[in-house]
Amino acid sequence: MRGMRTVGAIAAVLALVPLTGCGGDDNGSSGPDTLDAKADLTKQSLTVSIWDGYSPEDLPERVEKDLGVPVKIAHHATNEEIMAKLTGGGAGGGSGIDVAFVSGQYAQALNEAGLLEPIHADLVPNLKNLYPEARQLAYDKGNTFSVPYTWGTTGLCYRTDLVKQPPTSWNDLLKPPAELKKKVTMMTTERWLALPALKVLGHSVNTTSDEELADARTLLLDAKKNLLAYDDTTFGDRLTKGESALAEAWDGWCPTSDPKIRFTVPKEGSDLWVDTMVVLKSSENKEAAHALINYILDPEIHSWAAENILYKVPNKAAMEQVDPKLLRANAPLRTTPADLLKGESIVDVGEAATKYTRLSTEVAAGS
Amino acid sequence: MKRWPLTGPGVTYLTVFMVVPLGLVLSYAFFRRGRFGGVVYEPTTENLARLADPLYTDVLLHSTWIAALTTVLALLIGYPTAHVIAGLPRRRQTIALVAVVLPFWTSFLVRVYAWIVLLSGPGWLNKALRAIGLGPVEVLYTDAAVVAGLLYAYLPLMILPLYASLARLDPQLSEAAANLGAGPWTVFRTVTFPLTLPGVLTGCLFVFVPSFGNFVVPELLGGGRSVMVGNLVRDQFLKARDWPFGAALALALLAGLMVLLFAQAWAARRYAPR
Repeated sequence: MRGMRTVGAIAAVLALVPLTGCGGDDNGSSGPDTLDAKADLTKQSLTVSIWDGYSPEDLPERVEKDLGVPVKIAHHATNEEIMAKLTGGGAGGGSGIDVAFVSGQYAQALNEAGLLEPIHADLVPNLKNLYPEARQLAYDKGNTFSVPYTWGTTGLCYRTDLVKQPPTSWNDLLKPPAELKKKVTMMTTERWLALPALKVLGHSVNTTSDEELADARTLLLDAKKNLLAYDDTTFGDRLTKGESALAEAWDGWCPTSDPKIRFTVPKEGSDLWVDTMVVLKSSENKEAAHALINYILDPEIHSWAAENILYKVPNKAAMEQVDPKLLRANAPLRTTPADLLKGESIVDVGEAATKYTRLSTEVAAGS
Repeated sequence: MKRWPLTGPGVTYLTVFMVVPLGLVLSYAFFRRGRFGGVVYEPTTENLARLADPLYTDVLLHSTWIAALTTVLALLIGYPTAHVIAGLPRRRQTIALVAVVLPFWTSFLVRVYAWIVLLSGPGWLNKALRAIGLGPVEVLYTDAAVVAGLLYAYLPLMILPLYASLARLDPQLSEAAANLGAGPWTVFRTVTFPLTLPGVLTGCLFVFVPSFGNFVVPELLGGGRSVMVGNLVRDQFLKARDWPFGAALALALLAGLMVLLFAQAWAARRYAPR
């Protein structure tokens, strides 16, 4: 037993070492690197973190063939997961990731934390392919630290044969008519859980006001009674199977290739979300990272996302390449950038993010 | 005692891969949350203070209720089952035990998804009910579905320790009691049950502890409509980027479970067959 105690004491000491070892963050102390446009890319290699299924499967082979850069793909399931990796417990930049795909508001947060390399526009000539609107997004005007990869909005995805009236308002979700009770699903990811209620109340999706969030909570708790389930990932399946008839959905996730399923943006308005590519300041392969982003902005590559996962890409040249048949079959793909920009951009709300966490716990735990 | 170096690999493994990471995570409970997640190493007790917030105590109570209900049902179903198995001839016992353990050979997630198919609105349960003229019931995405799922998942963990203590029981004891005039119920109440109490306590602990912390079943079968403490911990780490509070919750859970474990050990010694 004495031996065991000693081991315990050693373990306790070991547990404390990393804590004292890295007391403060020293992010953002150095300015942007000067990048060499003529750097030999074959001497560099990239680790890219992206959502599973969000880029062409053969992307690493193609990049290696065309640019000579070996690419390793890592997957993350959520923004939160990659944020945890990138900001990881104060270990500042030891993530080994060169390029990460994150949503706009998270890119904004990473930039404020000083973890991002500014985008060197001279190394990304294909930025010219982007829609002008995509270069002036609220969280990053002028693509100074992020390059948009896909964009879209949130709305209502529904079965034309199971609803009596096509939904037009977020209220159709929050206060569903009798025939839709227990046939609707909502999203539970914090910002999108609050979105329908905030829009119905006429508040901003980025509000940090306690009163506005309290009003939203009342609405959301009422809505919970008529809900089938909270669902962020399989709402499309549920609609296809007929288990649900109406779902809060991201446009790209609404299975509009099924002729019985349609997507609409409620009249109260919605959000504009953008998934972006960022280069980490800690990367030692920044030239290759920029080359990769430039490569993805090539219409040939970028149109993949629109054609295969039905996400709109903010790339004019790429969208023009998309098969017109596919566009005709999937209304969300036809949304113009102008219409899309009517949605309110989701931006990082800083410390107030905890208010949204609390709201979603309150709604989930409430009855 | 001379052989204690043999424990070296085991102790080292546990220290490096369990004690150290666990200690690290629990130590987060005493620091501040970083704005973008992670941990800022400024000591604070506010994470522990937040545990007293009614929002979280309600979740703890709800989890306790769900786990306790699951445990009681598992005992009521598991005890007779274990009793029957222990009474079978030796070879049949083995077959019965393999049947009990068999579900563990497939992925837990797959089995939970199977329950969704069983319980869903147009699912098999309602088809069967309709066939005998009973109305459709809405079970999926309710607490009933959560309890059903947990019960299904952890019932074997109740049956196995019960079987172990029932099989060890000397059959002559109950025969003696019967010879002295005790009816079957009296034999069970005064002889069999008290002697298998350590097995009962172990089984209850084995069911209660994982049910309490489970977050997959509430999410899939509960439709995310109710929160158990496991979901809360998971969300703090993966969604809310609030590691310190997640660690505080984990610390509270661990403390609670330690108390249960000691209570079980004490009771098992107290009631051990002598």
